[in-house]
Amino acid sequence: MTSAPSLRPDLELVAAQIPDGSRVLDLGCGSGDLLAHLIADRGCTGTGVEIDPDAVLAALRRGVPLIDRRIEESIAYIAAGSYDTVVLSRTLQTMLAPEFVLRHMARIAPRLIVSMPNFGYYRNRGRLLRGRMPVSKEIPYAWYDTPNLRFTTLADLEDLFDRLDLRVERRYTYAQQGQQLRMYGRMANLLAAAAVYVLRPSG
Amino acid sequence: MTASGQPGSVGVVETSTVRLFNEDAPLVLASGETLAPVDVAYETYGVLDAEASNAVFICHALTGDAHAAGYHADATRPGWWDNLIGPGKPLDTDRFFVICANLIGGCQGSTGPSSTNPETGQAYGLDFPLLEVSDLVTVHRALVAHLGITRLLAVVGGSLGGMQALQWALSHPDDLANAVVVASSSRLTAQNIAFSAVARRAIMADRQFRNGQYAAEGTLPAVGLSIARMMAHITYLSEDAFTEKFGRAPQFETSRRGFGIDFAVESYLDHQGTTFLERFDALSYLYLTRVMDYFDPFADPHALDRIRERPVRHLVLSFDTDWRFSTDHSLRIVRRLERAGVPVSFRELTSAYGHDSFLLASPTYHATLTAYFDHALEVGP
Repeated sequence: MTSAPSLRPDLELVAAQIPDGSRVLDLGCGSGDLLAHLIADRGCTGTGVEIDPDAVLAALRRGVPLIDRRIEESIAYIAAGSYDTVVLSRTLQTMLAPEFVLRHMARIAPRLIVSMPNFGYYRNRGRLLRGRMPVSKEIPYAWYDTPNLRFTTLADLEDLFDRLDLRVERRYTYAQQGQQLRMYGRMANLLAAAAVYVLRPSG
Repeated sequence: MTASGQPGSVGVVETSTVRLFNEDAPLVLASGETLAPVDVAYETYGVLDAEASNAVFICHALTGDAHAAGYHADATRPGWWDNLIGPGKPLDTDRFFVICANLIGGCQGSTGPSSTNPETGQAYGLDFPLLEVSDLVTVHRALVAHLGITRLLAVVGGSLGGMQALQWALSHPDDLANAVVVASSSRLTAQNIAFSAVARRAIMADRQFRNGQYAAEGTLPAVGLSIARMMAHITYLSEDAFTEKFGRAPQFETSRRGFGIDFAVESYLDHQGTTFLERFDALSYLYLTRVMDYFDPFADPHALDRIRERPVRHLVLSFDTDWRFSTDHSLRIVRRLERAGVPVSFRELTSAYGHDSFLLASPTYHATLTAYFDHALEVGP
């Protein structure tokens, strides 16, 4: 197992939420940075799900177990409670059926880590006020050429978590430049460009 | 890579034969029956390293043989998986030591139903014992031990070959670090078995079959075996592959409408059936198709007990146009392994050519294997 030299800051934070020796499912795992680190250095086992062809090859080359299938197709077949933690990094917004994905995640593991760009970020609101769709570091796509299908603010996202009985155990918020914000309550919905949630199904 | 920068050939190779079981130490089959003597034909490519840590075992499919790569003296065509094995290829013989053996029950150098039964002095015929995939693995293991290898870097196979890789990993996970299972299945469907049934009926209904004693009687169930091959060959290709190759092209320029070979595709199948007679045996066809029919390792509730304790990394690959063993067959294997906590990777590859795609060299397929094997070698057995 080749260790990742350095993790993206948000993955660093995700990794810090995962106890050593966990079994981890990483949905939208890219080149397998997080899993390669967890397997090599943290005694974890796990599986990644990814469809980007170059990322798939890179993950296989570093020995990360990887399922090359769409997330919605993959998760329905994964056994209930078969993982300790399931991670969905900056991917929920590209899912046609985010609620379906979250429900399955809650079935698969007792601990969910979900990161999302915040479409309610004040700069995005500013773009909309000027009559333009938001384009930013977190959302770097033109409207006609984006993999993002579902746009939500952190407030709306948290409503969905509520409805699915997903208790927010921790929430980490970020500024556009990637530095962590010390922010609680509703202000984050305005000032955070992205957030990482640690969730626990309370059902 | 060779000097020219192109992937190279392993060059001229020979098949060796070794007696792995004899009357004093017979092969004990899963059924409890014994078989002796057992000879196995095999080839190797590349060099086994000092720690015996770079060995990859190739398992062939229904009608394959030990000649996977390189050229036999005077041959114009290379071995059946030559695009995979050789200098600069995914199984780079400058780095990997590659072994391929003919299956028992087969007919290309290893003991099979047309070998001489020492009790009668005649071919076994239908007295040859029924085999299971685990028996094929038992014999492979004996060959590996004979070659002085205690742990394989990988076992690789397509179709029936993939079944052997899977069975090997499940029953003897200490033997191998990686199993690569391509275009394979852990359980044939009714449709799969139905195709095999028609093939076997064609052979056994041929009057020349003589209840399996055709060698002694000096006959050959040629019509039956060629029909079996023609039909099976249809299942190996996709509809698009047939359309691309032949369309509705007539075989002859002037229309000769009748019940002969009117269309090009008919000529092709006829050719497939006829050339098959030169290299394959009707009894082997019966025995090895039956091996596939009964393969169902996960039916054993303890199938995953051993591999759970000693995980073997798996790469499972399917092809989107394969309708003999569709992607669903591969996903079933993936689910079973993944649920047992076995590290498993899966890709469905795009190809126009159906089941036979596993024998062909497509860029994505080979890039996937290269990435996987390179990591396997880096980590070692």
